[in-house]
Amino acid sequence: MAVDKNMNVLIVDDYNTMLRIIKNLLKQLGFSNIDEATDGSMALEKVQQKNYGLVISDWNMEPMTGLDFLKEVRSSVGAPYQKVPFIMVTAESKTENVIAAKQAGVDNYIVKPFNAETLKTKISSVLGDF
Amino acid sequence: MTESAQSKGYGRDQVVEIVNSVISKVERGAGVDRAIYEQLQALKSIIDDARKELGTMRSADIQEKHIPTATDELDAIISATAEATGTIMDACEAIEEKAATTNVGDEVNAEITKIYEACSFQDITGQRISKVVSTLRDIEDKVAKLLAVVGDSVPAMDISDEGEGEKDGDASLLNGPQLEGQGVSQDEIDRLLAEFD
Repeated sequence: MAVDKNMNVLIVDDYNTMLRIIKNLLKQLGFSNIDEATDGSMALEKVQQKNYGLVISDWNMEPMTGLDFLKEVRSSVGAPYQKVPFIMVTAESKTENVIAAKQAGVDNYIVKPFNAETLKTKISSVLGDF
Repeated sequence: MTESAQSKGYGRDQVVEIVNSVISKVERGAGVDRAIYEQLQALKSIIDDARKELGTMRSADIQEKHIPTATDELDAIISATAEATGTIMDACEAIEEKAATTNVGDEVNAEITKIYEACSFQDITGQRISKVVSTLRDIEDKVAKLLAVVGDSVPAMDISDEGEGEKDGDASLLNGPQLEGQGVSQDEIDRLLAEFD
């Protein structure tokens, strides 16, 4: 199935630089409807208010981390956003981190620093080729 | 001081008193193992030396000057790199827009993508520096606790600015780059230089 590049995408990171990088890379990949949040609690509010086709979130944020945000999303049984495709983008590269994210329901995991090709590959693995 | 002694509320002087008491008892006692006596004497000597060292090392400077200065410098690195990265990305976005109207848009965008990728260094270095700052603050906290325990009882020593850390000649002038508000602006420098003309 073709990827709808008009879908709403939510990117979450507490570093403005990373938000801009990911947003610009997504734009280059053809995505245009991109929203931003700077921590898990702000992101949770956004997914509760709007339908997103993809969430790309950092892990290490305060007060709510990306992992806690993911857990909140996946535990919201019956909510329209419960199964939203979720990619974790983080500098946490230990095995236990990846396992914890997977157990919480992450769809894919990107370690920083990353390049545009990696981002595209991971999005494709979650949404399908585009 | 051991955690056990601390948890029982013993001060440094009390520990020294206990050691001295044990030593005197051992001295009076008959048939006591000489090795134990020597170990206690050595322990007393170590405590006395530690007292003297604490008095000379200007421990309070670690908490009040060195660590705050180091954390301020590291915070300044994060701010400076974030600002520079923001400027680079502003320029990239402007170039991207202009390139879209040319016939080399794709080639330019490919190079811009590499710049975006490279800019992620700011996030990584920022996180690493934040961890170092956090570690320094932990050390600062532990030094404060240590000083609270022994600070009042260390011998009064000369803590004038002379001695450790004193620089001579050009070295005394090399303290930059200055943090925000600590140095003077280029305009102020120009005005200062003009006064020499």
